[in-house]
Amino acid sequence: MLEIKDICFTRDNKKILNHVSLNIDTDKFVAITGPNGSGKSTLVKMIMGIEKPDTGKVLLEGKDITNLSIDERAKLGIGFAFQQPVKFKGITVYDLLKLSSGKEINKSEACEILSKVGLCAKEYVDREVNNSLSGGELKRIEIATVAVRNSKFTIFDEPEAGIDLWSFQSLIKIFEDMRKIVKGTTLIISHQERILNIADEIILMKSGEIEAQGSKEKLLGQVLEKPTCCKLGGQDNG
Amino acid sequence: MDKTDISLLEQITDIQGETFEGAYNIRKNGKGVERKVTDNINIVTKKDVSGIDIYVKENTKFEIVHIPVIITESGLNDVVYNDFYIGKNANVYIIAGCGIHNDHHKDSQHDGIHRFFLEEGAKVKYIEKHYGEGTGTGKRILNPVTEVHLKKGSSLEMESTQIKGVDSTVRETRGVLEDDTNFIVTEKIMTHGMQSAKTIFEVELNGRNSSTKVTSRSVATENSIQQFQSKVTGNTECFGHVECDAIIKDEGKVIAIPEIIANNVNANLIHEAAIGKIAGDQLMKLMTLGLNEKEAEQAIIDGFLK
Repeated sequence: MLEIKDICFTRDNKKILNHVSLNIDTDKFVAITGPNGSGKSTLVKMIMGIEKPDTGKVLLEGKDITNLSIDERAKLGIGFAFQQPVKFKGITVYDLLKLSSGKEINKSEACEILSKVGLCAKEYVDREVNNSLSGGELKRIEIATVAVRNSKFTIFDEPEAGIDLWSFQSLIKIFEDMRKIVKGTTLIISHQERILNIADEIILMKSGEIEAQGSKEKLLGQVLEKPTCCKLGGQDNG
Repeated sequence: MDKTDISLLEQITDIQGETFEGAYNIRKNGKGVERKVTDNINIVTKKDVSGIDIYVKENTKFEIVHIPVIITESGLNDVVYNDFYIGKNANVYIIAGCGIHNDHHKDSQHDGIHRFFLEEGAKVKYIEKHYGEGTGTGKRILNPVTEVHLKKGSSLEMESTQIKGVDSTVRETRGVLEDDTNFIVTEKIMTHGMQSAKTIFEVELNGRNSSTKVTSRSVATENSIQQFQSKVTGNTECFGHVECDAIIKDEGKVIAIPEIIANNVNANLIHEAAIGKIAGDQLMKLMTLGLNEKEAEQAIIDGFLK
């Protein structure tokens, strides 16, 4: 489905990605985890085209997309949920869902998708996607904009970031239902055990390299026992 | 009326064809051309200056008044004085606006001076649209003045839009508010080419519990320049909020000059202003949804000025 071939990316004399290669199969739910600064976000941005590698290639279904723009990749079926949802003055939730779906959807269709991400649709569909919404609400809307696209390959960049524990507890159910909402392949950056637990595969990154990749059964125990990130709840062994 | 007239009217009123509901007065090239009055709304031609007086009877509910102006004669400088007298507890919609079509080299100008006198408990929603078109080098100039006098318990909500084709505009809006009154202004302006737009907003909050909220959203593109100048004076227990948001593109320039004056310890006045180009993360988000950069930019501007 998606192949990353020997990607390197250096900024300010720091190697952020160092010869990273990766294969992700169709219809898999894959979680990327690892310490802060290990290159996870940069790697997923390479897939969406938000960052371009210094060397190496990105292939989607065998097609080299390394030099394609963000929108060209979106049209090929890549979706991306931002870590920090973007706010817009004047653009309503309904407007954004229409833009996301790429076609005229009616309000009841928009409401249906909002209900799936746990928002009381009638209250939100006509609201502006601006500062009046809380972090948790914006996260749900961000997920809705990605879910409505029915992309082949959907990326979530650390969806738990920037929201309080209370919001996260109610949000986690959505990620557990992710497979029902988001079709195709899902790649999600997370530090949360409950999200890693629903993955088919886990990729562990460290210092710009992939330290391990394997099935959840094989890697989850290892990640939790010797966490490279104390956010996972274990001891930081340095 | 010919096709150009009808098309101009459609641009400024959003009404297809030339049939208006309720009372109306259509002015073309400096003269009234069509008028209709109703049992509750009377329109009378002024004797001393060019313009009309509009009288709305007290307790009139949910009626509409259209007073569009169209100019198709190049070189015309049309000044009109329209006064609105809104009776006690009336609740009406007033739709004004001016469309200029100029295919020639002489400048065409319309200065509409509108005064509103609201009696106690009256409510008005006032919508005005300004639009210019035509292939000539003559400028399309619009200088609207709106003066609002609100008596106890009355309110006026004003929506002012200038989306296209106006080369130069100075827009003055003034309000004097008595007790328990509310004055809401929403302004949307887009300029391009060498256009210039200046907005002057002044309101005096004289009555207890009077309030005003002004929202200005503007987009200045190419070499255009805009200035937003506001002055809100709180003379008693009152509330005022002025918000000016502007997007600049290309060589566009925007100047925001806020002034809030509190003459009373219970006056609560706020001014917010933000000017900047379209945020990169907004463009990026829309591009991840499949819009190219130009489409994303347009979607952001359309939403901003909606």
